[in-house]
Amino acid sequence: MTFEYAPAPESRAIVTIKPKYGHFIGGKFVACSKHFPTINPATEEVLSQIALAGKADVDAAVKAARKAYTTTWSKMSGKERGKYLYRIARIMQERAREFAVLETLDNGKPIRESRDTDIPLAAAHFFYHAGWADKLEYAGLGTSPKPLGVAGQIIPWNFPLLMLAWKVAPALAAGNTVVLKPAESTPLTALLFAEVCQQAELPAGVVNIVTGDGSTGALIVNHPGIDKIAFTGSTEVGKIIARAVAPTNKSVTLELGGKAANIVFDDAPIDETVEGIVNGIFFNQGHVCCAGSRLLLQENVAEEVLHKLKNRMEKIRVGDPMDKNTDVGAINSKEQLAKIIELVAVGDAEGAERWSPACNLPSKGFWFAPTIFTGVTQAHRIAREEIFGPVLSVLTFRTPQEAIEKANNTPFGLSAGIWSEKGSRTLWASQQLRAGVIWANTFNKFDPTSPFGGYKESGWGREGGRHGLAAYLKGVSHE
Amino acid sequence: MSNRIDVKKTYKLYINGAFPRSESGRTYEVKNAKGVFVANPCLASRKDLRDAVVAARAAHAGWNKVTAYNRGQILYRIAEMLEGRRGQFVEEIVNVTGVSKVKADKEVTDSIDRLVWYAGWTDKIASLAGSTNPVAGPFYNFTIPESMGVVAAIAPETPSLLGLIDVIAPIITSGNTVVVLASTKAPLSAMTFAEVLATSDLPAGVINILTGKKDEIAPWMASHMDIDALDISGLPAKKHAEIKVAGAENLKRIHSFKSADPGRIIAFMEAKTVWHPIGL
Repeated sequence: MTFEYAPAPESRAIVTIKPKYGHFIGGKFVACSKHFPTINPATEEVLSQIALAGKADVDAAVKAARKAYTTTWSKMSGKERGKYLYRIARIMQERAREFAVLETLDNGKPIRESRDTDIPLAAAHFFYHAGWADKLEYAGLGTSPKPLGVAGQIIPWNFPLLMLAWKVAPALAAGNTVVLKPAESTPLTALLFAEVCQQAELPAGVVNIVTGDGSTGALIVNHPGIDKIAFTGSTEVGKIIARAVAPTNKSVTLELGGKAANIVFDDAPIDETVEGIVNGIFFNQGHVCCAGSRLLLQENVAEEVLHKLKNRMEKIRVGDPMDKNTDVGAINSKEQLAKIIELVAVGDAEGAERWSPACNLPSKGFWFAPTIFTGVTQAHRIAREEIFGPVLSVLTFRTPQEAIEKANNTPFGLSAGIWSEKGSRTLWASQQLRAGVIWANTFNKFDPTSPFGGYKESGWGREGGRHGLAAYLKGVSHE
Repeated sequence: MSNRIDVKKTYKLYINGAFPRSESGRTYEVKNAKGVFVANPCLASRKDLRDAVVAARAAHAGWNKVTAYNRGQILYRIAEMLEGRRGQFVEEIVNVTGVSKVKADKEVTDSIDRLVWYAGWTDKIASLAGSTNPVAGPFYNFTIPESMGVVAAIAPETPSLLGLIDVIAPIITSGNTVVVLASTKAPLSAMTFAEVLATSDLPAGVINILTGKKDEIAPWMASHMDIDALDISGLPAKKHAEIKVAGAENLKRIHSFKSADPGRIIAFMEAKTVWHPIGL
């Protein structure tokens, strides 16, 4: 049976996009001489011209952040700091639909996801951390924990506002001021967030936002006036940052790549599991560092799971991100699409078998149909490298030990999934897996109270929960 | 007085519960504070380090799986064995470093007490460093800290015994295994401590001790791809940057410390968060 869906477009009337933006420094928007376009990846329409920060802009932002830190923010009581964060959370909730529409226009993700996941979670992060601001001495990080100073924060394009919230909320709660750089291809919600800071009357310079590309990021990483670097992005860039800050006193947290195993044992509830597999890899077009991109199926249920998975994939709606029925939206950029296409070609060349449902992809914009590869081995590049797109590599196993061995056979260690109805087996597997987040009979769940972050080459430190606060406070015993 | 010639000890490495010589065949001369020859300990090589890492990796699964209670008892057992041989350690420290007997005695006492202190942490650290997380949805969500795997460490030059224990005890408390480079100038108490370990029911490979030169071994530790983390407390501060740059290749967790603190245990643990739905 096929369901037909009439289009259910979300209106974009709620957002006003300016033709040109400056940087947000010292509480004001500051004009900039150089600009680059940001586009809607679903239509290739140019949405606005974004300022490209150079050395002078980053210097000005760091200076404003330092001034705000020494004169205002570090002197303010936690109780008062917290109230600003509560205000920000409330304003984000009030303007949630506006944020959701803007996020979808700039990023290409389905409005259903920006509306139901990204924006509510971002507001929740501010609300959660607001409550920590006057309780830091109870966080188990020493009796008198101190902020680090000015934090330089560099965030990715896959969850633009949510990653901003993950970075800014704990930094401010702990008493730091920030210089944040949103991703080159998704700066708009961060710039709208700057307006929220103004509406909340956040003291000038506590949050500074500079836009730009990788060169702007490098200026932040190497800036001598910054005390802490927080980065979310690729493992490759993470290592460059780790080397760059090694000779300095900067503290660093890194949230990097992943190649998560999603393990299906033969006693798993198959229908729920299929939903979980789809959510694990096709959520946000697979632009998720913790995506369940390696499906490990126990051999005796592999055929059944694959059959049901393909049936389910036939029903995924790929298309206009602004349509409320859309499941999978646009690939965020031309460059990312090229990377996906390249790795998929490698999968073909290495002998894995590719399958996609029939999809009518729009003629404009950047699109990639949900794809699975079967017959994948551990040596294949599509089983080792992060594709960061809607592409699932399927491997099989016979024994639970073999599943764990395969799951852990990666330099990454961000997340993993377990599907089983047997509690003792689930707990056993969750103990064996070398990953920072384990989803058992669920996948891709996030919450401000729940620490997130990776083992091994997936990064340093955690974000969220009590553990995440440590990233923005002076260490208890180590230098 | 008898004219008996005493039987001197050959100081070797401690790898995988055994006492091999350096595969390189190299040794170096250790003299006491008065410049008199004391011993020819091994000058460990890169290959010795790699052998030790293989042993430490192989031992990790078992040591990590041992109950926290059992790990605590083994750490306590190490303290018992050290207490039983305190005289020998005091004599060795006095002989090699030239400190007073009172000072050496205090160092050994502190070493024993430090081991007892960490023994008590094995089954408590998870309560401190873990959490249950009240997520906004029908999920049971908890965070547990667990060991990272293989941690390499550079022990400080002085105090040679207490410094070594300060470095290795917090690492193994949580279930990590360790490869440690002992004090270069005063390596003897570290190697005698290996004899204590060998009689303490500590599984082979959990603690591996090398003697040699920091400048030679530390960079290999930093670049080794099967070492998860590094304690560089024993390296001079001016060397830290170079080691951190090399360690970035596999994003090693690299720390240095100034005091004994539960934070030292937590620094070499990873927080793992597990989600499970709640439902009928």
